[in-house]
Amino acid sequence: MSATDQTLDTPRSRPPFGLTRLVLTTLAPIVAALLLSALVLALLSVDPVAYYAYVLRRGLTSWLGLQATLTRMAPLLCLAASLIMAFRAGLWNLGIDGQFLLGAVLVGATAQPLSTVLPQAAMLPLCILVAAAAGALWALVPALLKAYEGVNEIITTLMMTFLGISLANVLVKLLFLDPATTVPQTRTLPVADRLPTLPESTISSGLLIGVVAVLAVHFVMTRTAFGMRLRIVGTNPRAAVHAGLSVPALTIAVFCLSGALAGIAGAVEVLGVQGNVRADWNPAYGLAVIPLVFLARFNGVAAIVFVFAFSILSIGGESAARRLGVPHFFTLVVVSILLIALALAEYVDHRRRQRTT
Amino acid sequence: MTEPILSVRGLTKRYPGVVANDGVDLALMGGEVHVLLGENGAGKSTLIAMLTGLQQPDAGDILVDGTPRVIASPREALRLGIACVYQTIMLSPTLTVAENLALGEPWWSRPDRAKIAAELAAMREDLDIAVDPDALAGDLSLGQQQQVEIARALMRGGRVLILDEATSMLTPAGADELGALIRRLAARGLAIVFISHKLNEALAFGDRVSVLRLGRKVGELTPDHIAAQPKEATMAEIVGLMFGRDRAEAMARTPRPASAEPPILQATGLSLQVPGGVGLKDVSLEVAPGEVLGIAGIDGNGQRELAEVLAGQRVAAGSIRLAGEAIDGLGVGARRRKGLRYLTDDRHHEGTVGPFAVAENFVTKDVGASPFWSAAGLVDKSAIGAHAARMVADFDVRTPSVATPIGRLSGGNMQKVILARELTGEAKVVIYAKPTYGLDVANTEATRARILAAAEAGVATVLISTDLDEILALSDRIAVMSAGRIVGTVPNGPDARAAVADLMVGRVAA
Amino acid sequence: MEQLLTVAFLTSLLAGAVTAGVPLLLAGLGEQVSEKAGVLNIGIEGMMLVGAYTGFVAAWSTGSFWLGFAAGAAGGMAVALLMALLCVRLGLNQIVVGIALTLGAEGITALLHHVQFSRTYPRLPGVETLPIPFLSEIPVLGRALFDRHPFVYLAVLMVPLLVFVFRRTGLGLHLQAAGDKPAALDAAGVSVVTTRTAAVLFTGAMAGMGGTYMANIGAGLFIPFMTGGAGFIGIVLAMLARGRPGWVLFGALLFGASMALTTALQVGGVNIPTDVIQMVPFAAVMAVLVIFGRRAKLPAALGLPYVRGER
Repeated sequence: MSATDQTLDTPRSRPPFGLTRLVLTTLAPIVAALLLSALVLALLSVDPVAYYAYVLRRGLTSWLGLQATLTRMAPLLCLAASLIMAFRAGLWNLGIDGQFLLGAVLVGATAQPLSTVLPQAAMLPLCILVAAAAGALWALVPALLKAYEGVNEIITTLMMTFLGISLANVLVKLLFLDPATTVPQTRTLPVADRLPTLPESTISSGLLIGVVAVLAVHFVMTRTAFGMRLRIVGTNPRAAVHAGLSVPALTIAVFCLSGALAGIAGAVEVLGVQGNVRADWNPAYGLAVIPLVFLARFNGVAAIVFVFAFSILSIGGESAARRLGVPHFFTLVVVSILLIALALAEYVDHRRRQRTT
Repeated sequence: MTEPILSVRGLTKRYPGVVANDGVDLALMGGEVHVLLGENGAGKSTLIAMLTGLQQPDAGDILVDGTPRVIASPREALRLGIACVYQTIMLSPTLTVAENLALGEPWWSRPDRAKIAAELAAMREDLDIAVDPDALAGDLSLGQQQQVEIARALMRGGRVLILDEATSMLTPAGADELGALIRRLAARGLAIVFISHKLNEALAFGDRVSVLRLGRKVGELTPDHIAAQPKEATMAEIVGLMFGRDRAEAMARTPRPASAEPPILQATGLSLQVPGGVGLKDVSLEVAPGEVLGIAGIDGNGQRELAEVLAGQRVAAGSIRLAGEAIDGLGVGARRRKGLRYLTDDRHHEGTVGPFAVAENFVTKDVGASPFWSAAGLVDKSAIGAHAARMVADFDVRTPSVATPIGRLSGGNMQKVILARELTGEAKVVIYAKPTYGLDVANTEATRARILAAAEAGVATVLISTDLDEILALSDRIAVMSAGRIVGTVPNGPDARAAVADLMVGRVAA
Repeated sequence: MEQLLTVAFLTSLLAGAVTAGVPLLLAGLGEQVSEKAGVLNIGIEGMMLVGAYTGFVAAWSTGSFWLGFAAGAAGGMAVALLMALLCVRLGLNQIVVGIALTLGAEGITALLHHVQFSRTYPRLPGVETLPIPFLSEIPVLGRALFDRHPFVYLAVLMVPLLVFVFRRTGLGLHLQAAGDKPAALDAAGVSVVTTRTAAVLFTGAMAGMGGTYMANIGAGLFIPFMTGGAGFIGIVLAMLARGRPGWVLFGALLFGASMALTTALQVGGVNIPTDVIQMVPFAAVMAVLVIFGRRAKLPAALGLPYVRGER
């Protein structure tokens, strides 16, 4: 696999973003996917219009729903940042779920004890650092194996993610157990000590962390010398050696940064929403974010849009499950159809442009 | 007059914005080697793609034994007896020779190794094709791989054999061998199409010559016509057809006497072990400013390793000094900043980053350096753009814009970009690896002119090439590499060709 | 330690290893064929899940385990057909489509199960085994290995069959060339798209049957999301085995054994959390990779769509 076809778009090489193209590449597949999903709903004898209206209201147009959606985006954006970093450097870090969970568990273990000795302004950054370190550490083994032994990182990161999920559970059940509760979980961080909400809202300020992370990664990859080096390594490792770049060092750096961002995603989720980590908790956000990042063609701004849309569906779908009796896993079907429709639209657009140039 | 095995009439193929083939007529006779000449972009590849079923013509007919045929796929072409040996080898490197030869068999078949081995043995008798049926294709030399491809064409009952730039990656000796094989095949009654842009090969191996230019066939020289006039006249005629003007005389440089200046690059006792390769064995060399040291030799005798060690991409035992200063411990970037440059021979996979813009490729070796990046590491896109615009003008790079991905440019224009990258700034020593490989005549000349101009301006030059004519045309001194050693160094001059040839085959001890 | 190594413990461990290992074996062998042909089939998790569902429903409604496997294969192949159309024919990104299909399969099977069974989880009757004469009477090994549903024997027989196909048939050559140098296959007159499509469909059938085995024989019932990453383990096994089916079998048994170890330890009277045991095979493989640092070599064209003329 290679990232060679996903390079940065310099402004001049980008064809004009016409109305036709917008309709073709974005609106048409969305409409098509929603129509197909409507068919499924109709088969379940649910009124699709009512369902979509409800999802939209609970995910976007109602203030309550919008706040939940924006809060959900926080960890997803950090994960998107993690993936953009790795994928642009040509490294297939498919282990973000493990890095995310370990970051989350270590924050779950340290946040409450720290909150009793440190002021919040010191505790929160420290927790985020702990999570970043945990994620980076978990990415280090695949990084070293890739850098010095050339071991395929898809294998190693997948292995490490399975290992990480189990390890997270072991840590929660055996080591960081809150003795005060019967369910196995870490000590709960009091609401007052969690990430502050944005003014006049219940939106976690994790959203800001997520947005900043994505934009920062985007900026680093497109505007800095470090990012340029990473892109050369990612697109053509032989050219990188030829240009005198240290491929092993850059590989390790990217893996650690990517893992750290995934760990931070875990911290944001625990500090902003959960307050603790329950045993066997694994939201598996990675599986959803990976295709979103591909569809965004590793572009940070586009990734924010895709994550936003996904969060609306996900929050709205969860509400609809409770209210309309459509199981929440219906959202998975919609997301799946949507992903394929968007990928198909991109293919059609690509073909169309090839014919005209 | 016998009937042609294959003929095309009025074949036309249009791509967006360009007519790749425009009403091409061609007749291929059994027993004849038909040379197809033309510069890059003249339409040779398109014509072959249509004959082998990879592309469909927009107009015109392809006739096999006088019957019009639609060649819808490579399989159909093979069925009709049309086989092609491509410029890039079409063998699966992880399969053995015998398995590759069985690759076209249906999926339910059992590959018959013994039968294939027997057929190969028979070819060894008849045609002097010698390959081990159990060797992995990826382990064979390029010449052997081509022999496997030719063997495959014969086994499939090919009657028309197309060789697309088959000699471009071979050593002079390998090319001669292939030429002899082609003659033997023609003697068996096959119709051979030999595509090249090397004139002397065309005349040495071919019976009939057709010249393509800008998608049109601009001339055909019959065997009688070629036989009736001296070789030089034919050459001049062909060059006139290819370029539309007379440009037959090749550039040549008068070698300069040994430089009085002290050497700027001194390598002593370079040794390197490469698993499965020849590596380097106690290689020493010196180059003075303004001097051109040619490194001749058959490909794969340590030239690439030597270049990479000098450039800093590999670490070897021994010492390297640049202007008297030891640079062994320095990496590629530090050596580059001191004026040591390396032009790779693999412009597609090593020299450029295909999806990156032309502008970015000018600076891939200067990432983070001023004036393109600020001290804080922030890119200055306008500085990169301005630099690129200047380079594109200076080096005559033909590109739609500096934002075009460089992978879309032709090989010649790509080469200009990497030449520009190595020659700009404080270039003191430049190592060129096969700088004109795969380029057409016009770009070859332009590249050689650049190399000479840089040398005139005082750049110490190491020119690695497998093209002896190129070495003789440009060098002051010529070192010959064999099995990882420099087996001898001779001054360029009237006797150099013979001396170098002797060194290459190990006939004299240096 | 002594009371651990009882007959009951070992039998339970080996039997569990086979039960948990067969789906991994099928998934790994299937994935291996896709990867050999140059398709990174990330959708295999979805194919297993759909196979589990269709296989379960077929067996539940007809009472035939064999029809269950047929339906499972068909279900897996349906997902594989989508994968082949999108990734092989059109050349869409294999990771996007693979993950999308997995998400979709998770959703649709859970949804169908919800519609059909609401919140009940009907069980299938236990399977009848086919004891192999004499072999099945060997202590410990016999019960665990040679007294199983006949499908288990067939699954294991796929290993030598694939070795034969890879090494001795035209198909094997086609698959390998499709993954390593698709242009060479095309130039030899064999369609790369057809070869890869066939490979992906085979993967779908194998993964589907693996899912069916998980549901019908392993668990005896269908639970939404029940494959729980087995497909991804299949991907890892296929990559580690580097084209050798025998290694997939070995890896599947290793992973299967670790999954079975918890139950077996409980039988042996030791209580260790499942999660610790589940880490063992992954940790073992990582340790092997760290110590030996083998280059896990993959086909050169893995993951790249083939476009004629772009080489």
